[in-house]
Formats: sequence, C-alpha cells, structure tokens
Amino acid sequence: MTDSTKPEQRSEGTGTAGALRGVPEEAPGPENPTPESPSDKSVVRLGDRIFRSVATGSGIFVIATIAAIGIFLLIRAIPSLQANEVSFLFSREWQTGDPSNLRFGILDLAWITVASSLVALILAMPIACGIALFLTQYAPRVLARPFAYLVDLLAAVPSVVYGLWGALVLAPVISPFAVWLNNNLGWIPIFADGNVPAGSGANVFTAGIVLAVMILPIITGVTREVFARTPTAHIEGALALGATKWEVVRTTVWPFGRNGFIGGSMLGLGRALGETVALTIILSYTYTPPNYSIFDAGATFASRIALGSAEFNNNLSVGAYIAAGLVLFIVTFAVNALARWIESSSGKGKE
Amino acid sequence: MAKRLDIKDLNLHYGKFHAVEDVTLQVQARSVTSFIGPSGCGKSTVLRALNRMHEVIAGARVDGKVLLDGEDIYAPSVDPVQVRRTIGMVFQRANPFPTMSIRDNVVAGLKLTGEKNKKKLDEITERSLRSANLWEEVKDRLHKPGGSLSGGQQQRLCIARATAVQPDVLLMDEPCSALDPISTLAIEDLIAELKKDYTIVIVTHNMQQAARVSDQTAFFNLRAVGEPGQLVEIEETGKLFSNPNQKATEDYISGRFG
Amino acid sequence: MRTDTADVEQPAADPAFQYLSLGRKLKNNAATVVFTAAFLIAVVPLLWVLVTLLQRGLPPLLNADWWNHSFYGLLPSDFGGGIYHALVGTIEQALVCALFSVPLGVTVGIFLIEYGQNSRLAKTATFMVDILSGLPSIVAGLFIYALWITTFGFDRSGFAVSLSLVLLMLPLVVRTTETMLRIVPDELREASYALGVPKWKTILKVVLPTALSGIVTGVMLGLARIMGETAPLLILVGYSRAINFNLFEGPMASLPLTVYTARKTSTEAGEYRMWGAALTLVLLIMLINLLATLISKFFAVKTK
Ligand SMILES: Nc1ncnc2c1ncn2[C@@H]1O[C@H](COP(=O)(O)OP(=O)(O)OP(=O)(O)O)[C@@H](O)[C@H]1O
Ligand SMILES: [Mg+2]
Repeated sequence: MTDSTKPEQRSEGTGTAGALRGVPEEAPGPENPTPESPSDKSVVRLGDRIFRSVATGSGIFVIATIAAIGIFLLIRAIPSLQANEVSFLFSREWQTGDPSNLRFGILDLAWITVASSLVALILAMPIACGIALFLTQYAPRVLARPFAYLVDLLAAVPSVVYGLWGALVLAPVISPFAVWLNNNLGWIPIFADGNVPAGSGANVFTAGIVLAVMILPIITGVTREVFARTPTAHIEGALALGATKWEVVRTTVWPFGRNGFIGGSMLGLGRALGETVALTIILSYTYTPPNYSIFDAGATFASRIALGSAEFNNNLSVGAYIAAGLVLFIVTFAVNALARWIESSSGKGKE
Repeated sequence: MAKRLDIKDLNLHYGKFHAVEDVTLQVQARSVTSFIGPSGCGKSTVLRALNRMHEVIAGARVDGKVLLDGEDIYAPSVDPVQVRRTIGMVFQRANPFPTMSIRDNVVAGLKLTGEKNKKKLDEITERSLRSANLWEEVKDRLHKPGGSLSGGQQQRLCIARATAVQPDVLLMDEPCSALDPISTLAIEDLIAELKKDYTIVIVTHNMQQAARVSDQTAFFNLRAVGEPGQLVEIEETGKLFSNPNQKATEDYISGRFG
Repeated sequence: MRTDTADVEQPAADPAFQYLSLGRKLKNNAATVVFTAAFLIAVVPLLWVLVTLLQRGLPPLLNADWWNHSFYGLLPSDFGGGIYHALVGTIEQALVCALFSVPLGVTVGIFLIEYGQNSRLAKTATFMVDILSGLPSIVAGLFIYALWITTFGFDRSGFAVSLSLVLLMLPLVVRTTETMLRIVPDELREASYALGVPKWKTILKVVLPTALSGIVTGVMLGLARIMGETAPLLILVGYSRAINFNLFEGPMASLPLTVYTARKTSTEAGEYRMWGAALTLVLLIMLINLLATLISKFFAVKTK
C-alpha cells in the first residue's frame, strides 16, 4: 500500500508494474496517450486522498456543528441557571434585567409554545392530509403540479409577513368568532377566558391559525410524496375489485402513507415550536399569568428570546435567554429526530 | 502496443454472493475474444474485473490474478487508475458525457488527466473519430453536445473516446445490444479494424456476431441459479461453434438450453 | 374508475353493471368534495396575504425614491425615503452566507453520495443535516451570539447574521446536492473511470457539471428562503436607517429587519414603510424563485 502512494520509488522498484507504466514511454511521440510524467501520477493519487479527506472532513464538520450548538448554549446557560433565584422549570417569572437578581422560569413560556403549536397542528393536519390526497389522487394530472406549486408558495412567504397579516388583517376578522366561542363554549376550559380579552386577537387562537398556515406546506409536501409512492399494483388491485375511489384511498393509499403523514406532521410541529417573529408580532405580552385557555396571550420560548434581544447587554442576562433557547433546541431536536424516524419507517415492507 | 492477458483462478464476489468461480483463460495480443453465455452467468463481471472496474462497486471483491504481459494488474503497487488507462472499456449503453461537446467527449480521457495542447488534442480527435468510422458524419459539428447524435453514432463516439487514450486492450460489454443492424455492422467492421492495434475482449449475446468477429470464444454457464458462474470452455471460434468439446456448449449454441 | 359516478340518466334497462349501494356512492362523493375543499382552504390565506401585500405595499414601491434612497433623516411621521439600505443589507448578508454555505454544503453532499455510501459516519451526518434543517432560526442566532459575540468578543454585525444564516442554508444546499448527484447516472462515472480518470477528477469534471444546474437552482431557492429570516437578525445586528455597506461594522438594515422595526413606529408613515418593505421582500423572493425555475428549465443537462 505504501508503494502505491510513492510511485517515484515504484518506477525504480522491481518493475512489476512495468507494462502499465510503460505505456507513455513506448507510445510514439505526438500520440502519446498518457502525457503525464511519473511524478504527475503521485499528484493524481494525492488528489484523490486530499479530496476524500476534505469531503469526509465536511461530513464530520456537520456533526461537530450540532454538537457545538448544544455545548455552547449549555456553557453560556449554566452561569445564569446557577444565579437564578427561582426554579427554571417551574417558575412563571421572567425578570432578567438585573444580573444580580435573576428570576426566570419557563413554565408559562412552555404553555404558550405548546398551546399555539397544538392548535396549529390540529388545524393543519387534516387539511394537509386532504390536500395531499387531492393532489396525488384527485386533481387532474396536468393541474396537479401547478396546484402543488401553489401550496409550496405558502412556504415562500417570510414569517415576518405572516406576522403582519395575522396581527393586522386576520385577527380583526376572526375575533368575533373567538368571542362567540368564548361566550358559548366557555364552559370548556380551553375556551374559557384567557389573560387578555378574547376579542383582542393577540392570543394563542390567532397565533395557532397563522402557524397552521405556515406549517401547512411542510406537512403537505412530505405527505404528498409518500402518498404518491403508493405502489400502483395496490391501487389497481383495489380498483379491480370494484372499489370506489374513496375505498381505494382508505384501503391502500392511507395505510401505505400514514406514517409519512405523521412524520411530516411532526416536522411541522418542530417548525411551529421554533417559529419566532410571526408570534412575536401577533401575541401581546402580558404579565398576567395564563389561564390555560386558547385565548391566553404571552410569549413562547422563541418569541420571549426575540423580545429580550433589546436587553442583550450582559452575559448573565443573555444566559437566561440562552437557557430558554437550549430547551427549545433540545425539544426541536427530539421532535425532528422522532419525525425522521417515523417517516423513514413509512411504507416499509409493503412495497 | 497490444498486450496479452492471462487470467488465473479468478473468483469474483459481490458482498457475500459468489458471482464467478475459478476462471482461467488467455487472450492473445491483437486478437478478438468473445464471451458468450446465458444472462447472469457473470460475463460482465469477468470483463469488469479485467480493468479493475469490478472494485468500483461497494462490497465487490476480487481473488486471483490478471496478468497483462506477465504483470499482475492486482499487485498492491499498481494504481487502478493506471490500469484503466491501459485497458479501456466500452459499455452496453452508449454513455457520452452530456455536458461535453463531441470533440471534448473524444479527448475527455486526455483532457481530464491534464493534456492541454490544443493542436495535439485536435489531431487525436480526428484520428480517433476516423478510426471509429465517425469522422465524416460529425466533422462539421464537433462542438455540438455528444448527446445530439443517434444511438449508433453515440456508441461509436464512445469507442472513439476509449481509443483516444490509446489503451493496450479494449473491453466491450455488449456494445451493439441497443443498436439497429446497420449500426451493428458498422461496429463489427470497426472491431475488425481495431484488431490490428488492440487486444479486444467482447461480450455478446449474438452468436452470429461472436462467430463473425472473434478469433476465440469463451462460453460461460451457470450450474443453477444462485450458484457461481463458470467458464465452461474456451476454444478457437470456428471449432467452438462447429464442434464444441462440452455438451453444455452444444446445447447452448444450438438453442437447446435449459 | 368512472363507474362510481352514477349514470342516473340511463334508461331503466337491465343494468349492465352492478349498482353501487347508495351509502358507498355518498361516501365517495363526500370524500371528493372534502379533499377538494381542503385544497381550496389552503389557497385562501395565500391569496389573502398576497392581496393584502399588494394593496398596502404597492404605493411606496411606485415612488422612484423607494429604490435608491434610505430612510436616513426621516422623522417617524415623514413619508418618503426608500428601501435601498435594506436591499443592500439583505443582498450582502445573503451573498456572504452563500459564500460559506455553498462550498461547504456541496462538499458534504459529495461526501454523502460519492464517498459515504452506507458508512456510520455518513448516516450520522445525514441525521445531523436533518436536525439542522429543523433548527429554529432563533436558536441559530443564539448559537452565533454565544460563539461569535460572547466567546470571541466580536461586535454585533451583518457578518454575524451571515454566519447564522449559514447554519440555516447549509441543510438546504446539502439536500439539493444530494438529490442532484443521485440522479447523475453511474454509467457516466464508470465511463470516466474506464478512461483512467481518477475519482476526484471524475467528480469535479464529470459528475458536478452534470448536476450543476440543479444545484444552482436549489441554492437560489435556499437563498430566497433565508432572505426572509428575521429572528437571528434581532439578536445579531442593530437596525440602521442609513446605508451601510460594511458587513463587519455598525448596525445594518435588511428587508425583514426593516419590516419588524417599522412595525414599532405607530404612525401612518411607519405603516407605509412597513408594508412597502414587506412587499419588496416578497417580490425579491418571488423574483429569485422565478429565476431558479427558469435556470432549471433551460439549463438542465439531459442524462436520458
Ligand atoms: N452490482 C452488483 N451487485 C450485486 N450482484 C451483482 C451486481 N452485478 C451483477 N451481479 C450479479 O452477478 C451475477 C453475474 O452478473 P453479470 O452482470 O456479470 O451477468 P452477465 O453474464 O453479464 O449477464 P447479462 O448477459 O444479462 O449481461 C448475477 O447473478 C448478478 O445478479
Ligand atoms: Mg452483462
């Protein structure tokens, strides 16, 4: 092996490779097919080794990056967590302005984050599934692609624009509906009075709807792809038995793509949990504790960090936000890992 | 420059699958040897082992010796890149580089290994295309993409590309299987021409073709599905087709196979 | 396939086919309606957002000053001024981000497809790219803050923003590269090897050129995506109403940051600027999307 990396030696060596190396020397002048001299050959082989190392190194770099994110966030969060005067997990306070008296906890942030993401998921999942079925099974062939492109366009709109639209356009339109829900179904805890008036629009209800729009293209994209991979043999088999289109969908497409749909929904959930600017714009910030209703306002992990960016002036205060960011990182890591795992097990053993 | 090939006890694996067993044969310089046999018996596998293309596939393994004029191409000190430069290959499906012009396709092997002299490359382009009987058809559109040619022309372009680097041996894996009879004839004529300068090994399913172009023919067979393929016999072509030594060969060439 | 839509108009002759039960027919039609409705529901917010943007954001864009002036020196209630400073910021930050993420991402893609095969390392890297693509942008911003600003001691700057955008762009580039390399037929690689071309040159001169237009398209779509990111900007750079070409020093505007900042100015002029910047941002994104589509249409290499 060492020999092959040092061809200069090889050319003076035992001559085992003579026939191979001999080509350039034996070929007549202008038609010489291997123009490089023996020393060039080492360059070529070196090129292969360098290229391979660089490529492998870049793969390692990606892994190291994720590790670095976790480690750096942790290192910066620890001093602040130690200086914290209240319980990080169970306190509802968020007072980080005075580094000598840090009081921050994530309980309320967790509620608003989870509530708005769940509202989004509950709204987006059935619609995304419907769209995916429509695009793969029902839409006319020529229109399926442009239609899919339309849905993808939803992902091209930046979240800051969704925030404006949600807060200034959508909220006034849906607030009568929110008030109606609150008045008539208020006996159900999640529709009870929140910590801001239901009619204000700056609550989890509006945020959830906007998030639903934002994650719709993600869920639809993944689900569409999986549904489209349903083996034609399965579909034709069902059709040949006289099944209606709906029966085909129910008995072949859905069982085949179910895991992909769930995986895609988890990806959407990961996105919703980490969404920042849209929610910073839509949700009004309040010091009143939430009432565990969808008409609550407040901040999510991400929007709390964005709101606090103005007071990023000393390491201890920043550390509190970084601690919140670390929790968000861990949660989205877990959700995404689960999503990929579910998605990759989709349709296995059925093809 | 044509060279002789000696293959000794060649065993080829794909991962755990033993694809070819104990092949030993000789190929004389400036001759055409054809490999025939049923599908899946390992003809392509053996052929690819002759210029170290077998090992490109993940998990593939080679045991045994392949000697080029007495020197083992699998010796540890030998650079596989250099082997492939010395032993060229033409594939079943024409595969010109889609991003390159006709001319660049022909001299791709030279350009990609550092030859820059434009005059020399032009000379080689013309010479290789002439030897592939393609020059007259493409000389006015050398800068058009290689993919703009017909299937038969593309295959001849690939032969020109393989000969442009002046290998000692040319391996061809069913070079005519995707072509019409006229293009096939053109390539068979070409093989007869190339024989003057190259040692040629060709895999074919067309027994008339083997009979027309080759000096000796090797018949490969499978004992059963899942078993490794074997070399049944190798003989001078006329003899193999008229009076084979083995019953299996006779069954195969007379169509009483299986 | 068509037998399910009942032929009610048919004369009452002997049925050639068995009748579908009414229940099955109803269910089938209901399903069709529901799935079509789901699609229509998705189109509503898209059109609604676009119409809103056009209605409220178009007036500022029709003013010639919009494209070559900044907001420098404007009072909160002053109309006029332009978005030039923010365009400069957005484009500079995106280009510098591309400068890092494209070579890195393409190399990772090459590793995964050409070298990694099914090694443990490649599988781990693939998983980490997946994780990276789900990384909340605010976390990317916090990480760069913790690394670049707290640990290395640099100031907040446009460059810090570019670095955080690299994290968000990288998985997009890797995914495109992977997809595009995977559709390059192995026959081309083998043809090149058989000519005695080493693997690295085969990748550089045969495989990459064949995949190039696809990769370029993907990179442009990725750029369009990250140009709309706002969250890391809030942490990593201050907003400036003046033109700042220097990525390494001082506050720097960008389109999303302008939208976000203008929202806090509760004057009519502030809203005017906010919607104008928002529409400009969306137009820029759509323009890049369109260019990307054109490139993939006209420069795609046919590999049969
Ligand atoms: N890349 C591969 N990985 C695993 N097994 C392979 C691979 N290529 C070929 N084989 C197996 O090796 C055996 C020999 O294949 P090979 O392609 O050499 O046959 P062949 O004689 O060329 O057939 P044909 O006439 O159809 O081209 C077959 O059983 C085949 O399934
Ligand atoms: Mg074969």
